Formats: sequence, C-alpha cells, structure tokens
Amino acid sequence: MENRLRVLRAERNWSQQDLAQRLDVSRQSVNAIETGKYDPSLPLAFRVSELFGLSIEEIFLSPSRNSSKAI
Amino acid sequence: MTARSIRTAAWRRYNWRVIWFSLLYCAFLLPAVYGFKHHLITGPIAWVAAVLPAIPIIAIFASMGRYLVEEQDEYVRMLMVRQMLWAMGFTISCATIWGFLDNFGLVGHVDGYWIVIVWYFGLAIGGIVNKLTLGDGGC
Repeated sequence: MENRLRVLRAERNWSQQDLAQRLDVSRQSVNAIETGKYDPSLPLAFRVSELFGLSIEEIFLSPSRNSSKAI
Repeated sequence: MTARSIRTAAWRRYNWRVIWFSLLYCAFLLPAVYGFKHHLITGPIAWVAAVLPAIPIIAIFASMGRYLVEEQDEYVRMLMVRQMLWAMGFTISCATIWGFLDNFGLVGHVDGYWIVIVWYFGLAIGGIVNKLTLGDGGC
C-alpha cells in the first residue's frame, strides 16, 4: 500500500530506527511498510497516525480510491 | 520504549527453548541408542525409551507455536508464518512424491523422522523466499 511514511519521517529528520523505536517495532518493519511490501494491521496503522498526529487516510493511500482514479 | 532488531525478545526466548530441548533430546537419545544397541532395554521400558527422544522434538514445535503467540512485531511474525507455510508445503509435497515413488517400487521406505528434517529444510527455503521477495529473511 502506498503511503507517506518516508516523507513524514524525513520532515522530522527521523531515521527508520528512530521511527521503529517510537512505534516499538523492528527497523525492518518500518522499511517494509515504507516500501509498500507490507501493509500494517489496523492497530499499528492507528499507532502511526497517532504518532504523526494525522488521520490514517492522510498517511496511507487507499488502494481502492487510487484504482478508481485510474479508471 | 526500546529499539528492537529483527531478533526480538520473543525470538531470543524461542532460541533458548530450542537449545534446552535440543540438549534434552541428546540426553534421551544417547542412552536409548546405547541401551537398544546392547540389548539392555526390553518390555514396556523399551517403548518409553523409544518415545522419549521424540518428546523434546515435539516440544520444539510447540515452542514455535508459542513464539508466534509471543512475537509482538507483526511483520517479523508474518515472516515466520510465511516460512512455516513454505515448510509445510515443501514437506507434504515431498511426502506425496515419495509416497508414489515408493508405491511403484522405485524408491525404498524411509524412516518417519525424516519428515522433521525435510520440514526444517523447507523452513530454510521459506527464509530464502522471504529474502528474495521481501528483502528480509526473518529471524
């Protein structure tokens, strides 16, 4: 799933490890989510949104909305 | 809040359990092999001595299940689940193929415990697949 995690992290000058510490997950998890290889569970998505003070939709781009745009 | 590498606390606990159960396996297996080789074990005791080495192996599989329950990092847990699915698929495929080859008399019978060894080999294949497709081999 496409997301703005890398941008949001860069804006705060956080490394992947910094973000991983704040989310209490492994650095590999952050990398997998950022690169779209892994979609986080809803609880983890909420943790991410609460950390950045944004709604989930502002961080993670809805695949269905993206595909309907393409149509 | 502490940083966690991909080798999480749950993984370290799992590793310790595997080490202890492996030692227990040796402790059960070596006397059993010696006893049977020298015809020291007979009767009901022979049944117990023969089954005892299997118990720690079963415990190692149970430890894997416990690891999946204890693992807090959902991505790392998913990697392990994928590895296990590959191990299961590989094992039942090998067993099916071997079964037919055996039925048609092309290969001989193999000892049942080989299924465990093949399963662990499948686990390694799963790790390679994870590495190739996701960039992380898992724990």
